[in-house]
Amino acid sequence: MCLGVPGKITAIYDASGLKMGKVDFGGVTREACLEYLPDVQVGDYTVIHVGFAISQISEEDAMETLKLLNEIADIGEELGVQPGEVKA
Amino acid sequence: MKYIDEFRDAELVKKTVAEIRRVVTRPHTIMEICGGQTHAIMHFGLDQLLPPEIELVHGPGCPVCVTPLEQIDKALAIAARPDVIFTSYGDMLRVPGSGRDLFSVRAAGGDVRVVYSPLDAVKIAQQNPDKQVVFFAIGFETTAPANAMSVVQAQAMGVTNFSVLVSHVCVPPAMHAILGSPDSRVQGFLAAGHVCAVMGYWEYPPIAAQYQTPMVVTGFEPLDILQGILMTVYQLEEGRVEVENGYPRAVTFDGNKPAQAVINRVFEVCDRKWRGIGVIPASGWRLRPEFSQFNAEERFDVGDIQPEESPLCQAGLVLQGLLKPDGCLAFGKECAPEHPLGATMVSAEGACAAYYRYRRGLEIKD
Ligand code: SF4
Repeated sequence: MCLGVPGKITAIYDASGLKMGKVDFGGVTREACLEYLPDVQVGDYTVIHVGFAISQISEEDAMETLKLLNEIADIGEELGVQPGEVKA
Repeated sequence: MKYIDEFRDAELVKKTVAEIRRVVTRPHTIMEICGGQTHAIMHFGLDQLLPPEIELVHGPGCPVCVTPLEQIDKALAIAARPDVIFTSYGDMLRVPGSGRDLFSVRAAGGDVRVVYSPLDAVKIAQQNPDKQVVFFAIGFETTAPANAMSVVQAQAMGVTNFSVLVSHVCVPPAMHAILGSPDSRVQGFLAAGHVCAVMGYWEYPPIAAQYQTPMVVTGFEPLDILQGILMTVYQLEEGRVEVENGYPRAVTFDGNKPAQAVINRVFEVCDRKWRGIGVIPASGWRLRPEFSQFNAEERFDVGDIQPEESPLCQAGLVLQGLLKPDGCLAFGKECAPEHPLGATMVSAEGACAAYYRYRRGLEIKD
C-alpha cells in the first residue's frame, strides 16, 4: 500500500470538480487524481499511491543521487576495495 | 522504466555495497520501518549483500498488519449486511479477523469489492443509491490523502450513502514507541520515503535527537535502500545523529502541503491500537466530528465485538523487530499465506509473507 509507483502524466482534465489525469506506468495507463499537485504538467513524473499523485519526481535530484553514488563508489575503488570482491 | 531501472543498476549496487563494506568497522542494527522496503530487501536479497556487521530489523510499517483486530471484525460485521457494498484495498481481503476474513464473507454472499482508489468507492455509491457503500479507510500517511479526499468528494457531491470505516496509523509515534522501549536494539532508522513524500520529515529531528538515533529518508529501489543504509552507516561510524534525506527526488522537508491540509481538515489525532503491539498514544487518525455523517462506526450498530487472536501468532514481536518471522514456531507450518494466522503473513508488506516468499529455509517443507 505504501509502494508508490513512478509514472508519467500524459493528460490532465477535470472530473466532478477534481483535477484528474492519465498516468503512464511504462506502457500501462491508469487514471489518477492530481489534486495534490496543483502545478504538475503533462510530461512530469509523479509518485502515485492508491490512485493519487502525492509527489512530483525531480529529474535533477534523481541525477544528483546517481552521480553521488557513482562518485563515492569510485573513491571506494581508489581506496582499494574492488567491487568484484562482493559476492552478488 | 524511468526512475526504476536506473535505481536497480547492478554495477552501482555492487559499488555501493563495496562502499558500505569499506566504512563498516563495528556492528550496527538498523530498522527499516516500512514493510514495502522489507519486501524489496528480501526480494532483491539486499540483506545478504551486506557485511555481517549490519543487521536489518523489520519495523511495523505494514498497514494491513497493524490494523487492529476489532476494526477487522467490525469490517466483517458490516460487510456481511445485505444492504451494504463493502469496498477495500485488495490487501485487506485475506487478513484474518476472529475466525474469518472478508473473502469468506464474500463467499457467503456478501458484496465485497476491491477498489484501486477510494474515489472508486464514491463512484460505486453514486451508481448504487439504494445501497450503503462503505470504504475501509486504513493505512499510514501514504493512503491518508486519498482516503480523506474520498470523504471531501462525497460531501461535495452530496453522496449520502457513502461512509468510511477509518483505521489510520502514523509513523512518528511508532518510532517513539520502538525507540522508547527498553528492549529496543535499533541504532539507526531508514525513514519511509513515501510517508515522508506526504508528510515531509520535519517531525523527525526531535525524535532523532531524543533517542540519539540517526535517520535517513529512504526510497524503495535497491539502490535507494543501499544508499539509505550507507548514509546511516556513515552517521553511526562518525558518531553523528542527523536526519538526512536519501530520497530527494520524491521527498522534501515540508512534504506535500495541499495533502496535509486535506488530511487535517478531515482527520484528527487519536490514540490507536496497533494489532499485536497495543495502544500507542496519539498514533492514529479518526474522522473529525464535522464528518461524523460519513462515519461507518456510527452508521452501523455492529453489536458487541469480542476479538480473538490466534494464540500461536507472534506477529506483535515481529512487528517490533524483536523476532524474525522464521523464529516463529508456526512459520511455514500452521501459518502460510494460504492459511495465515496473522496479518503479517498476508500482506504484500508483511514481514512473515516476505520471509515465506523469498527466504523460506530449506528445512521447511509445505
Ligand atoms: S509466521 Fe504466522 S503465526 Fe508466526 S508471527 Fe508470522 S503471521 Fe503470526
